[in-house]
Amino acid sequence: MTSRLSVRKLITVICESCLEEAITSAAKEIGASGYTVSDARGSGAHGLRDGSWPENANIRIEILCDEAIATRILDLLLETYYSHYTMVTFVTDVGVLRPEKFQHRASQSQG
Amino acid sequence: MSDPVILFFILGLIAGLSRSDLKIPGVLYESLSIFLLLAIGLKGGAALAQNNPSALLVPILVVTFTAMLVPVLAFLIAHYVGGYERADAGSLAAHYGSVSVVTFAVGSSYLTRLSVPFEGFMSVFLVILEIPGLLIGVALARWSAGDTRWGVLMHEILAGKSIVLLVGGLMIGYVSGEQGLASISPVFFTLFKGLLAIFLLEMGLVTAGRVADLKKSGIFLISFGVIMPLISAAIGIVTASLLGLSVGGATLLATLFASASYIAAPAAIRMAVPEANPSLSIGASLGITFPFNITVGIPLYYAASQWLLGASL
Repeated sequence: MTSRLSVRKLITVICESCLEEAITSAAKEIGASGYTVSDARGSGAHGLRDGSWPENANIRIEILCDEAIATRILDLLLETYYSHYTMVTFVTDVGVLRPEKFQHRASQSQG
Repeated sequence: MSDPVILFFILGLIAGLSRSDLKIPGVLYESLSIFLLLAIGLKGGAALAQNNPSALLVPILVVTFTAMLVPVLAFLIAHYVGGYERADAGSLAAHYGSVSVVTFAVGSSYLTRLSVPFEGFMSVFLVILEIPGLLIGVALARWSAGDTRWGVLMHEILAGKSIVLLVGGLMIGYVSGEQGLASISPVFFTLFKGLLAIFLLEMGLVTAGRVADLKKSGIFLISFGVIMPLISAAIGIVTASLLGLSVGGATLLATLFASASYIAAPAAIRMAVPEANPSLSIGASLGITFPFNITVGIPLYYAASQWLLGASL
Protein backbone atom coordinates (compact mmCIF):
# COMPACT_ATOMS: atom_id res chain seq x y z
CA MET A 1 0.00 0.00 0.00
CA THR A 2 2.59 2.57 1.12
CA SER A 3 4.66 1.87 -1.98
CA ARG A 4 2.05 3.72 -4.01
CA LEU A 5 2.52 6.89 -1.96
CA SER A 6 4.94 9.62 -2.98
CA VAL A 7 6.21 12.35 -0.74
CA ARG A 8 5.02 15.90 -1.35
CA LYS A 9 4.93 19.06 0.76
CA LEU A 10 1.80 20.16 2.55
CA ILE A 11 1.87 23.88 3.34
CA THR A 12 -0.65 24.96 5.96
CA VAL A 13 -1.22 28.70 6.37
CA ILE A 14 -3.46 29.94 9.17
CA CYS A 15 -4.12 33.63 8.64
CA GLU A 16 -6.73 36.37 8.78
CA SER A 17 -9.59 35.73 6.40
CA CYS A 18 -9.08 38.89 4.32
CA LEU A 19 -5.96 37.30 2.80
CA GLU A 20 -7.78 34.40 1.15
CA GLU A 21 -7.99 35.86 -2.34
CA ALA A 22 -4.46 37.33 -2.29
CA ILE A 23 -2.69 34.18 -1.11
CA THR A 24 -4.62 31.60 -3.12
CA SER A 25 -4.26 33.51 -6.37
CA ALA A 26 -0.54 34.05 -5.74
CA ALA A 27 -0.08 30.32 -5.01
CA LYS A 28 -1.81 29.43 -8.27
CA GLU A 29 0.37 31.91 -10.13
CA ILE A 30 3.50 30.38 -8.64
CA GLY A 31 2.37 27.00 -9.93
CA ALA A 32 0.37 25.24 -7.23
CA SER A 33 -2.28 23.09 -8.85
CA GLY A 34 -4.93 23.77 -6.22
CA TYR A 35 -5.68 24.58 -2.60
CA THR A 36 -8.24 23.99 0.15
CA VAL A 37 -9.58 26.75 2.38
CA SER A 38 -11.52 26.25 5.59
CA ASP A 39 -12.70 28.57 8.33
CA ALA A 40 -10.61 28.44 11.49
CA ARG A 41 -10.81 29.74 15.03
CA GLY A 42 -8.12 29.95 17.65
CA SER A 43 -5.93 32.00 19.93
CA GLY A 44 -2.33 33.13 19.71
CA ALA A 45 -0.10 36.18 19.61
CA HIS A 46 -3.02 38.32 18.38
CA GLY A 47 -5.38 37.16 21.11
CA LEU A 48 -8.60 35.27 20.60
CA ARG A 49 -9.73 35.05 16.97
CA ASP A 50 -13.17 33.54 17.34
CA GLY A 51 -14.68 34.38 13.95
CA SER A 52 -17.63 36.18 15.56
CA TRP A 53 -17.40 38.81 12.83
CA PRO A 54 -15.33 39.22 9.67
CA GLU A 55 -12.48 41.28 11.17
CA ASN A 56 -11.94 38.59 13.75
CA ALA A 57 -12.05 35.54 11.48
CA ASN A 58 -9.21 33.23 10.51
CA ILE A 59 -8.90 30.76 7.67
CA ARG A 60 -6.70 27.72 7.08
CA ILE A 61 -5.25 27.41 3.59
CA GLU A 62 -3.77 24.04 2.65
CA ILE A 63 -1.62 23.63 -0.45
CA LEU A 64 -0.10 20.34 -1.70
CA CYS A 65 2.87 20.85 -3.99
CA ASP A 66 6.45 19.86 -4.74
CA GLU A 67 9.40 21.29 -2.90
CA ALA A 68 10.32 23.92 -5.49
CA ILE A 69 6.88 25.49 -5.42
CA ALA A 70 6.69 25.21 -1.64
CA THR A 71 9.92 27.22 -1.32
CA ARG A 72 8.61 29.96 -3.60
CA ILE A 73 5.30 30.18 -1.76
CA LEU A 74 7.07 30.43 1.59
CA ASP A 75 9.36 33.17 0.24
CA LEU A 76 6.34 35.13 -0.95
CA LEU A 77 4.56 34.83 2.40
CA LEU A 78 7.68 35.90 4.24
CA GLU A 79 8.38 38.90 2.02
CA THR A 80 4.87 40.20 1.48
CA TYR A 81 2.66 39.30 4.39
CA TYR A 82 4.52 38.21 7.49
CA SER A 83 5.39 41.64 8.85
CA HIS A 84 1.86 43.05 8.89
CA TYR A 85 -0.66 40.23 9.08
CA THR A 86 -1.75 37.64 11.61
CA MET A 87 -0.23 34.49 10.17
CA VAL A 88 1.25 31.09 11.04
CA THR A 89 2.68 28.74 8.43
CA PHE A 90 4.05 25.22 8.72
CA VAL A 91 5.17 22.65 6.19
CA THR A 92 5.00 18.88 6.54
CA ASP A 93 5.95 15.94 4.37
CA VAL A 94 2.93 13.93 3.43
CA GLY A 95 2.31 10.84 1.32
CA VAL A 96 0.01 11.43 -1.64
CA LEU A 97 -1.58 9.25 -4.27
CA ARG A 98 -1.28 10.41 -7.88
CA PRO A 99 1.81 12.60 -7.23
CA GLU A 100 1.75 14.02 -10.75
CA LYS A 101 -1.22 16.16 -9.65
CA PHE A 102 0.98 18.13 -7.28
CA GLN A 103 3.87 18.89 -9.61
CA HIS A 104 4.80 22.28 -11.02
CA ARG A 105 2.17 22.93 -13.67
CA ALA A 106 3.96 25.59 -15.69
CA SER A 107 5.11 23.10 -18.33
CA GLN A 108 1.58 21.74 -18.80
CA SER A 109 -0.58 24.81 -18.62
CA GLN A 110 1.50 27.69 -19.84
CA GLY A 111 3.34 25.89 -22.67
CA MET B 1 -38.81 55.36 27.52
CA SER B 2 -35.79 53.90 25.83
CA ASP B 3 -35.59 52.60 22.31
CA PRO B 4 -35.64 48.78 22.61
CA VAL B 5 -32.96 48.39 19.92
CA ILE B 6 -30.49 50.27 22.15
CA LEU B 7 -31.40 47.99 25.06
CA PHE B 8 -30.51 44.99 22.86
CA PHE B 9 -27.09 46.56 22.30
CA ILE B 10 -26.64 47.01 26.04
CA LEU B 11 -27.73 43.40 26.63
CA GLY B 12 -25.06 42.21 24.18
CA LEU B 13 -22.48 44.42 25.87
CA ILE B 14 -23.32 43.04 29.32
CA ALA B 15 -23.35 39.44 28.03
CA GLY B 16 -19.95 39.97 26.40
CA LEU B 17 -18.39 41.66 29.41
CA SER B 18 -19.68 38.97 31.78
CA ARG B 19 -18.23 36.29 29.48
CA SER B 20 -21.56 34.66 28.82
CA ASP B 21 -21.45 31.77 26.36
CA LEU B 22 -23.91 33.68 24.16
CA LYS B 23 -22.61 33.76 20.61
CA ILE B 24 -24.23 35.00 17.43
CA PRO B 25 -22.91 32.79 14.62
CA GLY B 26 -20.75 34.61 12.04
CA VAL B 27 -23.14 33.56 9.27
CA LEU B 28 -26.03 35.31 11.00
CA TYR B 29 -23.95 38.48 11.33
CA GLU B 30 -23.27 38.31 7.59
CA SER B 31 -26.92 37.59 6.76
CA LEU B 32 -28.24 40.40 8.93
CA SER B 33 -25.81 42.92 7.51
CA ILE B 34 -26.91 41.94 3.99
CA PHE B 35 -30.53 42.41 5.07
CA LEU B 36 -29.93 45.82 6.67
CA LEU B 37 -27.96 47.16 3.70
CA LEU B 38 -30.64 46.03 1.24
CA ALA B 39 -33.53 47.32 3.33
CA ILE B 40 -31.95 50.77 3.72
CA GLY B 41 -31.16 50.89 0.00
CA LEU B 42 -34.73 49.92 -0.93
CA LYS B 43 -36.26 52.48 1.38
CA GLY B 44 -34.05 55.23 -0.05
CA GLY B 45 -34.78 54.14 -3.62
CA ALA B 46 -38.53 54.26 -3.06
CA ALA B 47 -38.19 57.76 -1.58
CA LEU B 48 -36.00 58.81 -4.48
CA ALA B 49 -38.71 57.71 -6.92
CA GLN B 50 -41.01 60.33 -5.40
CA ASN B 51 -38.45 63.10 -5.89
CA ASN B 52 -36.71 64.43 -8.93
CA PRO B 53 -33.24 62.83 -8.67
CA SER B 54 -31.61 65.66 -10.62
CA ALA B 55 -32.62 68.06 -7.83
CA LEU B 56 -30.26 66.08 -5.61
CA LEU B 57 -27.18 66.85 -7.69
CA VAL B 58 -26.21 70.06 -5.89
CA PRO B 59 -26.87 68.66 -2.37
CA ILE B 60 -24.77 65.60 -3.24
CA LEU B 61 -21.87 67.79 -4.38
CA VAL B 62 -22.09 70.00 -1.30
CA VAL B 63 -22.31 67.04 1.09
CA THR B 64 -19.40 65.25 -0.61
CA PHE B 65 -17.27 68.36 -0.35
CA THR B 66 -17.95 69.14 3.33
CA ALA B 67 -17.69 65.44 4.21
CA MET B 68 -14.12 65.47 2.94
CA LEU B 69 -13.21 67.76 5.82
CA VAL B 70 -13.88 64.92 8.27
CA PRO B 71 -11.07 62.52 7.26
CA VAL B 72 -8.64 65.43 6.81
CA LEU B 73 -9.37 66.75 10.32
CA ALA B 74 -9.27 63.22 11.76
CA PHE B 75 -5.87 62.67 10.18
CA LEU B 76 -4.44 65.99 11.41
CA ILE B 77 -5.67 65.38 14.96
CA ALA B 78 -4.47 61.77 15.10
CA HIS B 79 -1.09 62.56 13.51
CA TYR B 80 -0.17 65.86 15.13
CA VAL B 81 -2.04 65.76 18.44
CA GLY B 82 -2.13 62.01 19.02
CA GLY B 83 1.34 61.44 17.61
CA TYR B 84 0.31 58.42 15.53
CA GLU B 85 2.33 57.32 12.51
CA ARG B 86 0.95 58.23 9.07
CA ALA B 87 -0.40 54.71 8.54
CA ASP B 88 -2.39 54.62 11.77
CA ALA B 89 -3.58 58.22 11.44
CA GLY B 90 -4.65 57.51 7.84
CA SER B 91 -6.48 54.39 8.94
CA LEU B 92 -8.34 56.36 11.63
CA ALA B 93 -9.13 59.05 9.04
CA ALA B 94 -10.59 56.42 6.69
CA HIS B 95 -12.74 54.89 9.42
CA TYR B 96 -14.09 58.25 10.61
CA GLY B 97 -14.41 59.65 7.09
CA SER B 98 -16.53 56.70 6.01
CA VAL B 99 -19.95 55.97 7.51
CA SER B 100 -21.74 53.35 9.59
CA VAL B 101 -24.94 51.90 8.19
CA VAL B 102 -26.18 50.63 11.54
CA THR B 103 -25.66 54.01 13.23
CA PHE B 104 -27.73 55.52 10.41
CA ALA B 105 -30.42 52.86 10.95
CA VAL B 106 -30.53 53.60 14.68
CA GLY B 107 -30.77 57.33 13.87
CA SER B 108 -33.74 56.87 11.57
CA SER B 109 -35.37 54.53 14.08
CA TYR B 110 -34.90 57.24 16.76
CA LEU B 111 -36.57 59.89 14.59
CA THR B 112 -39.39 57.55 13.58
CA ARG B 113 -40.12 56.78 17.22
CA LEU B 114 -40.39 60.53 17.97
CA SER B 115 -42.48 60.99 14.77
CA VAL B 116 -39.96 63.48 13.41
CA PRO B 117 -40.14 63.51 9.60
CA PHE B 118 -36.94 63.43 7.53
CA GLU B 119 -36.12 63.50 3.83
CA GLY B 120 -36.37 59.99 2.38
CA PHE B 121 -33.37 60.49 0.15
CA MET B 122 -30.97 60.62 3.13
CA SER B 123 -29.81 57.10 2.31
CA VAL B 124 -28.47 58.40 -1.00
CA PHE B 125 -25.98 60.38 1.10
CA LEU B 126 -25.19 57.18 2.98
CA VAL B 127 -24.07 55.57 -0.28
CA ILE B 128 -22.14 58.64 -1.45
CA LEU B 129 -20.33 59.11 1.87
CA GLU B 130 -18.98 55.55 1.99
CA ILE B 131 -16.35 56.26 -0.64
CA PRO B 132 -14.44 59.60 -0.38
CA GLY B 133 -13.47 59.14 3.27
CA LEU B 134 -11.82 55.81 2.53
CA LEU B 135 -9.90 57.18 -0.43
CA ILE B 136 -8.68 60.24 1.46
CA GLY B 137 -7.64 58.12 4.45
CA VAL B 138 -5.60 55.80 2.24
CA ALA B 139 -4.08 58.73 0.32
CA LEU B 140 -3.00 60.43 3.57
CA ALA B 141 -1.57 57.17 4.93
CA ARG B 142 0.43 56.51 1.78
CA TRP B 143 1.38 60.10 0.92
CA SER B 144 5.05 59.40 0.26
CA ALA B 145 4.99 55.60 0.01
CA GLY B 146 3.97 55.70 -3.63
CA ASP B 147 3.24 51.98 -4.01
CA THR B 148 -0.53 52.01 -3.49
CA ARG B 149 -2.46 49.79 -5.86
CA TRP B 150 -5.33 52.20 -6.43
CA GLY B 151 -7.00 49.88 -8.92
CA VAL B 152 -7.18 47.08 -6.37
CA LEU B 153 -8.42 49.52 -3.71
CA MET B 154 -11.14 50.95 -5.95
CA HIS B 155 -12.28 47.42 -6.74
CA GLU B 156 -12.27 46.53 -3.04
CA ILE B 157 -14.51 49.55 -2.28
CA LEU B 158 -16.82 49.63 -5.29
CA ALA B 159 -17.32 45.87 -5.54
CA GLY B 160 -17.46 45.50 -1.75
CA LYS B 161 -20.76 44.22 -0.44
CA SER B 162 -21.73 47.53 1.24
CA ILE B 163 -21.77 49.46 -2.02
CA VAL B 164 -23.17 46.61 -4.13
CA LEU B 165 -26.13 46.08 -1.78
CA LEU B 166 -26.82 49.75 -1.01
CA VAL B 167 -26.65 50.84 -4.64
CA GLY B 168 -28.48 47.70 -5.77
CA GLY B 169 -31.24 48.29 -3.20
CA LEU B 170 -31.50 51.96 -4.21
CA MET B 171 -31.92 51.03 -7.87
CA ILE B 172 -34.47 48.29 -7.19
CA GLY B 173 -36.39 50.66 -4.90
CA TYR B 174 -36.23 53.47 -7.44
CA VAL B 175 -37.39 51.32 -10.35
CA SER B 176 -40.13 49.57 -8.37
CA GLY B 177 -41.44 52.57 -6.43
CA GLU B 178 -43.39 52.35 -3.19
CA GLN B 179 -46.22 50.35 -4.77
CA GLY B 180 -43.95 47.87 -6.49
CA LEU B 181 -42.18 47.19 -3.21
CA ALA B 182 -45.45 46.42 -1.42
CA SER B 183 -45.10 42.70 -2.09
CA ILE B 184 -41.70 42.47 -0.37
CA SER B 185 -42.25 45.13 2.26
CA PRO B 186 -43.27 42.63 5.01
CA VAL B 187 -39.74 41.21 4.94
CA PHE B 188 -37.75 44.38 4.42
CA PHE B 189 -39.76 47.05 6.24
CA THR B 190 -42.08 45.33 8.76
CA LEU B 191 -39.32 43.08 10.12
CA PHE B 192 -36.69 45.80 9.96
CA LYS B 193 -36.59 46.92 13.60
CA GLY B 194 -36.70 43.39 15.02
CA LEU B 195 -33.78 42.27 12.91
CA LEU B 196 -31.92 45.50 13.66
CA ALA B 197 -32.37 44.61 17.35
CA ILE B 198 -30.73 41.19 16.86
CA PHE B 199 -27.92 42.81 14.90
CA LEU B 200 -27.36 45.28 17.74
CA LEU B 201 -27.25 42.39 20.23
CA GLU B 202 -24.36 41.02 18.18
CA MET B 203 -22.75 44.47 17.97
CA GLY B 204 -22.86 44.63 21.77
CA LEU B 205 -20.99 41.31 21.96
CA VAL B 206 -18.41 42.46 19.41
CA THR B 207 -17.95 45.81 21.18
CA ALA B 208 -17.39 44.00 24.49
CA GLY B 209 -14.59 42.10 22.74
CA ARG B 210 -12.82 45.39 21.89
CA VAL B 211 -12.63 46.62 25.47
CA ALA B 212 -9.30 44.85 26.00
CA ASP B 213 -7.84 46.81 23.04
CA LEU B 214 -9.04 50.06 24.55
CA LYS B 215 -7.31 49.42 27.85
CA LYS B 216 -4.04 49.28 25.93
CA SER B 217 -4.69 52.29 23.73
CA GLY B 218 -4.88 55.01 26.34
CA ILE B 219 -6.59 58.30 26.97
CA PHE B 220 -5.96 59.96 23.60
CA LEU B 221 -7.81 57.34 21.57
CA ILE B 222 -10.74 57.30 23.98
CA SER B 223 -11.09 61.10 23.80
CA PHE B 224 -10.67 60.95 20.03
CA GLY B 225 -13.55 58.46 19.83
CA VAL B 226 -15.86 60.97 21.54
CA ILE B 227 -14.56 64.34 20.30
CA MET B 228 -14.17 63.40 16.63
CA PRO B 229 -17.88 62.53 16.14
CA LEU B 230 -18.85 65.79 17.85
CA ILE B 231 -16.70 67.82 15.43
CA SER B 232 -18.02 65.85 12.42
CA ALA B 233 -21.63 66.18 13.57
CA ALA B 234 -21.18 69.95 13.81
CA ILE B 235 -19.93 70.03 10.20
CA GLY B 236 -22.94 67.88 9.25
CA ILE B 237 -25.48 70.17 10.89
CA VAL B 238 -23.98 73.28 9.32
CA THR B 239 -24.05 71.55 5.93
CA ALA B 240 -27.68 70.57 6.47
CA SER B 241 -28.64 74.13 7.29
CA LEU B 242 -26.85 75.37 4.14
CA LEU B 243 -28.92 72.90 2.13
CA GLY B 244 -32.14 73.81 3.91
CA LEU B 245 -32.82 70.28 5.20
CA SER B 246 -35.48 69.64 7.83
CA VAL B 247 -34.57 69.12 11.50
CA GLY B 248 -34.91 65.34 10.96
CA GLY B 249 -32.72 65.49 7.86
CA ALA B 250 -30.11 67.56 9.70
CA THR B 251 -30.08 65.04 12.57
CA LEU B 252 -29.47 62.18 10.14
CA LEU B 253 -26.80 64.05 8.20
CA ALA B 254 -25.03 64.84 11.49
CA THR B 255 -25.35 61.17 12.46
CA LEU B 256 -23.83 60.10 9.14
CA PHE B 257 -20.94 62.56 9.47
CA ALA B 258 -20.35 61.51 13.08
CA SER B 259 -20.48 57.77 12.44
CA ALA B 260 -17.36 55.72 11.86
CA SER B 261 -17.25 52.72 9.57
CA TYR B 262 -16.58 49.23 10.83
CA ILE B 263 -17.72 47.13 7.87
CA ALA B 264 -16.31 48.64 4.68
CA ALA B 265 -13.32 50.55 6.09
CA PRO B 266 -11.60 47.76 8.04
CA ALA B 267 -11.66 45.42 5.04
CA ALA B 268 -10.38 48.05 2.60
CA ILE B 269 -7.71 49.44 4.94
CA ARG B 270 -6.42 45.99 5.85
CA MET B 271 -5.50 45.42 2.22
CA ALA B 272 -4.48 48.98 1.27
CA VAL B 273 -2.54 50.01 4.40
CA PRO B 274 -1.42 46.71 5.97
CA GLU B 275 1.09 48.39 8.29
CA ALA B 276 -1.71 50.18 10.17
CA ASN B 277 -2.66 48.48 13.42
CA PRO B 278 -6.30 47.38 12.96
CA SER B 279 -7.07 47.19 16.66
CA LEU B 280 -6.51 50.98 17.00
CA SER B 281 -9.07 52.12 14.46
CA ILE B 282 -11.58 49.32 15.06
CA GLY B 283 -11.19 49.79 18.81
CA ALA B 284 -11.96 53.49 18.49
CA SER B 285 -14.75 53.26 15.93
CA LEU B 286 -16.49 50.25 17.40
CA GLY B 287 -15.40 50.39 21.03
CA ILE B 288 -16.15 54.08 21.63
CA THR B 289 -17.70 56.01 18.76
CA PHE B 290 -20.43 53.51 17.87
CA PRO B 291 -21.81 53.13 21.44
CA PHE B 292 -21.38 56.88 22.00
CA ASN B 293 -23.32 57.77 18.87
CA ILE B 294 -26.26 55.43 19.42
CA THR B 295 -26.73 56.28 23.09
CA VAL B 296 -25.70 59.93 23.58
CA GLY B 297 -24.79 61.24 20.14
CA ILE B 298 -28.03 60.90 18.19
CA PRO B 299 -30.26 62.61 20.80
CA LEU B 300 -27.60 65.32 21.07
CA TYR B 301 -27.48 65.86 17.29
CA TYR B 302 -31.26 66.06 17.28
CA ALA B 303 -31.25 68.71 20.00
CA ALA B 304 -28.51 70.66 18.21
CA SER B 305 -30.40 70.50 14.89
CA GLN B 306 -33.57 71.72 16.58
CA TRP B 307 -31.67 74.57 18.18
CA LEU B 308 -29.80 75.68 15.05
CA LEU B 309 -32.53 75.16 12.43
CA GLY B 310 -35.31 76.28 14.77
CA ALA B 311 -33.40 79.52 15.47
CA SER B 312 -32.76 80.27 11.81
CA LEU B 313 -36.42 80.07 10.84
